[in-house]
Formats: sequence, C-alpha cells, structure tokens
Amino acid sequence: MKRILLAGALLAMATGAMAQARSAAEGIAEYRKMLEDGNPAELYEAKGEALWKQKRGPENASLEQCDLGKGAGVVKGVFVELPRWFGDTKKVEDLESRLVSCMAMLQGLDAAEIAKTPFGRGEQANVTALATWIASESRGMRFNLPQSHPKERLSYELGKRAFFYRGGSHDFACASCHAEDGKRIRLQDLPNLTKNPGDGVGFAAWPAYRVSNGQMWGMQLRLNDCFRQQRFPYPGFGSEVTIALGTYMGVNAKGAASIAPSIKR
Amino acid sequence: MADPMRIRAQAAGDKTTVRVLMSHEMETGQRKDAAGKTIPAWFIQEVTAQHNGKTVLTAQWGPAVSKNPFMQFVVRGAKAGDKISVTWVDNRGEKRTDEATVA
Repeated sequence: MKRILLAGALLAMATGAMAQARSAAEGIAEYRKMLEDGNPAELYEAKGEALWKQKRGPENASLEQCDLGKGAGVVKGVFVELPRWFGDTKKVEDLESRLVSCMAMLQGLDAAEIAKTPFGRGEQANVTALATWIASESRGMRFNLPQSHPKERLSYELGKRAFFYRGGSHDFACASCHAEDGKRIRLQDLPNLTKNPGDGVGFAAWPAYRVSNGQMWGMQLRLNDCFRQQRFPYPGFGSEVTIALGTYMGVNAKGAASIAPSIKR
Repeated sequence: MADPMRIRAQAAGDKTTVRVLMSHEMETGQRKDAAGKTIPAWFIQEVTAQHNGKTVLTAQWGPAVSKNPFMQFVVRGAKAGDKISVTWVDNRGEKRTDEATVA
C-alpha cells in the first residue's frame, strides 16, 4: 500500500515538473487566446474601412479605385500576395507603401510628406488603419507572393542580403535572432524567418496590436524597430530595403495562413 | 468625436454575453511627454449599459483601466433581437453611445 502511495507521489511530482516546463510558452499562448476575444485591432479595422470609402485629399476621392495587385478596388486576398511589382509606379511595393502610392495618385496627397511623418501621427496613422483593415480581409488565407517579375526576384535577393548583413555596434544581423528554430529572448519565441515559420507566425502576424504600448503596428514600423534593436540607422518609410525584407519573409512564408491583424504582448 | 465602440451580444439559453471594445486613450495623468510636461488625465469615468432601454449595468472607472478597454458582462433574460446599448462618459465630459442587437 505504502509503495503504491509513494509511486503515486512520484508520479504527481513528475507531472508537476512537466507542467512547469510547459507553462512558460503555454501560459503566453493562453494569455494571447484570452486577449484575442477583445483585440483592439478591430477598432483600427473599422477606422481603416471607413477611410477606404471616404472621399479625402485635394482630389476629394476615395481609395476604392486603388489597385493593390488584384485589380482596381479588389481588397480580398491582396494581403497574402504583397509585396509585388506594380507597373504604374515601376516599383515593388508592400502594402503600406502601395497605400501611400494610391493616396498620392488618387487623392492627391503628398507621398513624400506622408513618408516623413512619424509612425502613429497624421496620415501615417491612417495608413496603419487602412493596412489593418486590408490585412483583415485576407485572414485565414495562405501566403503566395508572386515571383514572376525579375524585379520581384531581385527584391527577394536584396532582402536575403539585408537579412544576413551583419553590422552596427553590436555586429548584428536579422539572422542573429531569426535564422534558427527554438530561439527566444526572455519569454518571446523568435520565429525562424529563413523558412515558413508556421501559420500566423512572423510575417503572417503583422499588422498587430501591441498591448504593452497600446499601439497598432504595421510591418514598416515592425522593421523599423528591428533596425533600432540592431543599432542600425533608421530605414526610411517604404524604402527599398524594408520592402525587400518584406519580400524575403513573405516568399519564405509561402503556404502560411495569415492571422493578421493579430495581438501581441 | 470619439471613434465608435465594437459591441457584440450573443445569446445562449437565458443568458446573453455582451462584449464591448471601446476606443479611448485612457491617459492616467501620471505620464510625461517628451518635453517633460505632464500629459493631462483623460479617461472614461462612467459606463452604463442598457437592455431595451432599461439600465442593467453602471460602472465607475478610473485611470487604472487600460487604453482601448475591453469589457464583458452577462445579461440574464435578453433574447435574440433585443437591443443592448452602451454609453461612456469621460472626465472631459465627452460622451459616446453605441447600440447592438443580440444575436
């Protein structure tokens, strides 16, 4: 009898230890699950949808004729195929830079002025809200970036270079943190961005609402912050290198389902 | 004019779960801006919820509630098609009311 009790106690201890080992990552997953129910990104989605349809700017036009890659006015499914080549601007553009191009072409707003505006202010806040809504229209769809145009392939190769480029006071590259499985910083799991990191991870999770600072972040701001953490000079908004990094991550994420806009700590 | 709330109300049996997402800065009055000046307090002070025009919940909030707050509560006896409305008033006297239909 005593032996059975002892075995039972040992078993309880073993499962206890196991529960503890699992609890870190699972605890965060559970926390995210609870927050998903009331993701404030929804507020930005509503704002973005209204902005898309609203007549604004010197031309007093809406963005409903904006071509995001699947024809004028098509919103569904565009997010999982960006960045891509656009013939009218002769550039590979990501979602945010494409929105700025449309705002300039259709509404007559000053693209250079928007690019200079700090994130979260003025027209930049509008770009983020628009990107949030457009991303939400492709929720659950799988990434499938086009690579047929030579400039799209060039963008991928440039992104790859930038990803592995080590520099700055800390001799850092994107790859220092994001080129291996199972890495983490404190409790944050780091996705391996050199391949498909899985559904709703990495490139497939942004734009995201950050609970810690109550801000909605698009991919441009996400990358800007990566540059800051590497102690690199800030890249310009919608600059070639940020779009190239987007192409690199997006092409690598082929087949991953998008959960954007998501919620982050 | 404040941004709209998102209200979802889902009936299950005789209970209806209402989930509300509000858009508000909820500034505590404790923070300072880049120039070192205190950012004035600005937060929701009073929340009321009505079921078909009858008040079912009132709450007094303070600066400890997060930015873009999320609130969830259960109304007994609400049926599909009923109206649920939520109102908040902040310390500047600004006000916002939104309504949703129970699904």
